[in-house]
Amino acid sequence: MTPVQLEIQLVAVLVAVACALPGTFLVLRRMAMLSDAISHAILPGIVVGFFLTHDLGSPLLIALAALTGVLTVSLVELLHRTRLVREDAAIGLVFPMLFSLGVILIARYAGDVHLDTDAVLLGELAFVPFDRLLAGGLDLGPRAAWVMGGIVLLNTLFITVFYKELKLAAFDAGLAAALGFAPAVLHYALMGLVSVTAVAAFDAVGSILVVALMIGPPATARLLTDRLPWMIGGGVVLGAMSAVGGYGLAHLLDASIAGSMATMVGVLFGLAVLFAPGRGVVAAARRRAAQRWTFAQQMLAVHLLHHEGTPEEADESAVDHLHAHLRWPPGFARQVVHRAEQQGLVIRLGDRLRLTEAGRALARHSVRA
Amino acid sequence: MELFADYTLRMVALGSATLGLVSGALGSFAVLRGQSLLGDAISHAALPGIALAFLLTGSKVPLVLMLGAALAGWLATLAVMGVTQATRVPYDSALGIALSVFFGVGLVLLTFIQKQPNANQAGLETFLFGQAAALVHQDVLTMAGLGALALLGLAVAWKEFKLLAFDAAFGASLGLPMRRLDVLLTSLLVLAIVIGLQTVGVVLMSAMLVAPAAAARQWTDRLGRMVLLAMFFGATAGMSGAFLSSRVERLPTGPTIVLCVSAIVLVSLLLAPNRGLLWRGVRAWRNGRRLRGEAVLLNLYALAVHHDRRDHPHERGVLDAMSPEGPTGPALRKLAARGLVRQVDATRWALTPQGWHRAAQLARERSIAAGPATDGEAAP
Repeated sequence: MTPVQLEIQLVAVLVAVACALPGTFLVLRRMAMLSDAISHAILPGIVVGFFLTHDLGSPLLIALAALTGVLTVSLVELLHRTRLVREDAAIGLVFPMLFSLGVILIARYAGDVHLDTDAVLLGELAFVPFDRLLAGGLDLGPRAAWVMGGIVLLNTLFITVFYKELKLAAFDAGLAAALGFAPAVLHYALMGLVSVTAVAAFDAVGSILVVALMIGPPATARLLTDRLPWMIGGGVVLGAMSAVGGYGLAHLLDASIAGSMATMVGVLFGLAVLFAPGRGVVAAARRRAAQRWTFAQQMLAVHLLHHEGTPEEADESAVDHLHAHLRWPPGFARQVVHRAEQQGLVIRLGDRLRLTEAGRALARHSVRA
Repeated sequence: MELFADYTLRMVALGSATLGLVSGALGSFAVLRGQSLLGDAISHAALPGIALAFLLTGSKVPLVLMLGAALAGWLATLAVMGVTQATRVPYDSALGIALSVFFGVGLVLLTFIQKQPNANQAGLETFLFGQAAALVHQDVLTMAGLGALALLGLAVAWKEFKLLAFDAAFGASLGLPMRRLDVLLTSLLVLAIVIGLQTVGVVLMSAMLVAPAAAARQWTDRLGRMVLLAMFFGATAGMSGAFLSSRVERLPTGPTIVLCVSAIVLVSLLLAPNRGLLWRGVRAWRNGRRLRGEAVLLNLYALAVHHDRRDHPHERGVLDAMSPEGPTGPALRKLAARGLVRQVDATRWALTPQGWHRAAQLARERSIAAGPATDGEAAP
């Protein structure tokens, strides 16, 4: 692997980690679509910042664009608070308007400079190694790595310092407000962080894929754990996996790196949806199947106990008639009996079934419970 | 040259108007059902469908690409529904993931196509932002055909969709297949989105669904009128955006249309009768003024009941001191204009007989509202 490839992957991992950190709280607070709104709506901020600084990496541009992100959130809230539109409609009204403004600004005034909408929307990781940070003639590596590294540090610091407050606001916003944790301040700080991260990352992965990296890995981690620290860590690790895996996929197909990273995010999420232990689709299906057998055996045991010692016992406990009494398909009845025999709940006497002590206990327990 | 420009403008305007009509109608339902952002997800998710349709058929016929887009958008919707039902992933996260992951896959496919030798792939990326100026006769015909199909579907199952939007549980209790209706309405929404992709692109398409509907909602409380108004707003925005961008240099059509529709929303939010913010402000101001006037009248009444004469004049300074809102001059002049009080001299005011009557009535109303009646004396 060449140094250039390593550098690209390093930046990709840093972007993924930076996005997963605030993304965790967006997922928990059900504000995932705000990341979509912010990552689009920062465009006019980027454009104005670019006109002023002529440098996509300048701190002033990042600050301006982040301000636009916070402005977006305030506009959405202002609109929502008039009670004339719902919150999701407010989001859907604000960000396309700001994005359109940005596109028009670019088309009208930036025709000749290096800034086009495709780049903002899609990003290009492959160009990252060409923009280097030089200090006194010394090559310190790609500048994007330093910028994203700084963002990772900033996000980590914020989450560490305000961990308790963020946790409380995520799980019980009402209590957080009652205890005087100033949820509004925290909310806007988080939105500012999301904006700063989105601005810093758009150059590398484009604004739409920022959404993939902010929402995908934390939502995947959410499927795997119930503990907040594990969810944050899981989001970070899954994001890094998507970054490295995505780079491999892009290399293989000779296609867009950012697109491949988003694809990997989707693959990991799909795997978690299907196979997450305990709550994946497969685990749930297996649990349901197991419950079906358990319930059927309880039914069988209760049925036999109910007729024990009655005149109809001979008829009711005949193996060949069971399916008719319990209204089961014959094949299903045979399997239930087979399983019950294996577990020592019933024994077969001729053509009749008889409960064992264990079977009787199960039946009594089922009826009582 | 002039003729060509006219042809282009005609095509763009017709295409944009079609788009506005259809997205206004279907968007109304999306907004009412709280699915404003579903359109955003579907339009982004259409990208891999477009790329795949091209990859499989090698054709750039609009109908083929639109079908591919529709299929992908539809799949994304089903994925969102499936994931939110089967797992604990919240709806908004599922939307965000579907949106960005489908888009990412589309990007991979697009870049993959671009690397293919001698492929006639140029122009596929115009779907990102749309390229209304490139609309030709065939495109507009396809859009109109699909749009007519979507509107027809809406008209045929109008009553059922209305139930679905407002009281799905009641619909289910009537024995209507609400789930299938849901899928059908969402499919029509997908159709509406696909129509617009070529004109405004995947990023801005969601605005064409949400904005005309949100604007129309302000003007009426009736579904039929709302849908018609949203169609009108959508078509107006489409045509004016197309016209503006053809007259002004370097003004891309899609974003211009979105700004036009945003302007319509802004005007509606401010000026729509009843719901508009301006009228709300005016109402609040009028109510405040009326209440201030009544308070002054009641204060004057409270002073007068302690005197032998009902029209005993009182100092304005006393009334000012009794009023938490400060100076009472304007309120007194308004009351005088209605003949309820009269100015006795430079600083003193008195109730007229009508004023006494009105104040006594107000005091009675308030004491009834406040609880059991007392001796009829006004509260301070």
